[in-house]
Amino acid sequence: MKFDVIFRVAAKILIPYMLVFALYVQFHGDFGPGGGFQAGVIAAAMVIFYAIIFGLKAAQKIFPPRIIELMVPSGVGIFAGAGVLSLLLGENYLNYSPFAQDPAHGQEYGIILIEIGVLVTVSGTMVAIFYSFIGRGR
Amino acid sequence: MVLLTLLAAVTIGIIRIRNLFGVVVLGGIYSFLMASVMIVLDAVDVAMTEASVGAGISMVLMLGTLYLTKTEETVPAHTPLLPLFVAVATGAALVFGTFALPPFGVADTPMNLHVAPYYLGNSIQDTLVPNVVTSVLSSYRGFDTLGETAVIFTAGIAVMLLLKGKRDVKPGPKRRSVRR
Repeated sequence: MKFDVIFRVAAKILIPYMLVFALYVQFHGDFGPGGGFQAGVIAAAMVIFYAIIFGLKAAQKIFPPRIIELMVPSGVGIFAGAGVLSLLLGENYLNYSPFAQDPAHGQEYGIILIEIGVLVTVSGTMVAIFYSFIGRGR
Repeated sequence: MVLLTLLAAVTIGIIRIRNLFGVVVLGGIYSFLMASVMIVLDAVDVAMTEASVGAGISMVLMLGTLYLTKTEETVPAHTPLLPLFVAVATGAALVFGTFALPPFGVADTPMNLHVAPYYLGNSIQDTLVPNVVTSVLSSYRGFDTLGETAVIFTAGIAVMLLLKGKRDVKPGPKRRSVRR
């Protein structure tokens, strides 16, 4: 599909909005439907869309497989690290109350932090699975 | 009702068609219909996940798999009687299980009386997050979400272990390898 003008132009128009929508779903998850998982899948869909239209090599130039593979464990690391951080600050595991001055704000920051962890792991995993399927060759 | 009828029609289509490409497309349609059912049930988060994962990502992965394999389903070598029996028995057990469930949307069921009122009442004071789904998933039930993330991590690692790395076309000197 690399030489199809319509697909290329449409992809160039759509991809920035897909990324913005992923970030919207991520950070608006506190107020509306959405959250790290959905945002991660949408971001991964953006990468996959790019790879389908422009080819796997072009996608891997922008999103190198090494970084994608690093994202898979580091998201879980962020999530579990938030738990360890709350342990170190003298609370139960994954109780984010001590992250800020008052407990409620601490919970809010904690939720944002772990949602980022979920986003990183989910998008990394989806793209890594896609890369390993498509990069396999016949 | 219309949605469920369409779901049944799509399912019959999936069973009947032998061309796997058509099956994958019908699977995507099934996921979109399922997402619509979730919206009707007011579960927008689940609908979003179903539409993006079921219809989006898994369809792409299925198509990627089809690229690696054949696109025609082979005729099964054994009789369909045993699978039919297993499917009917499982379905009957599930339908039997639904008889014990409370009617849909009733307020005074155990699941609506146990911790749900606390979450609904205190979410904003406790976490400043108006969306109760987010506050339950990430704060009150953070352990579950951590486990869920670990499951995704494990799945990704497993797929990479199976599919990634060098693939020898024939034994002996490596002719081509997947670039890292």
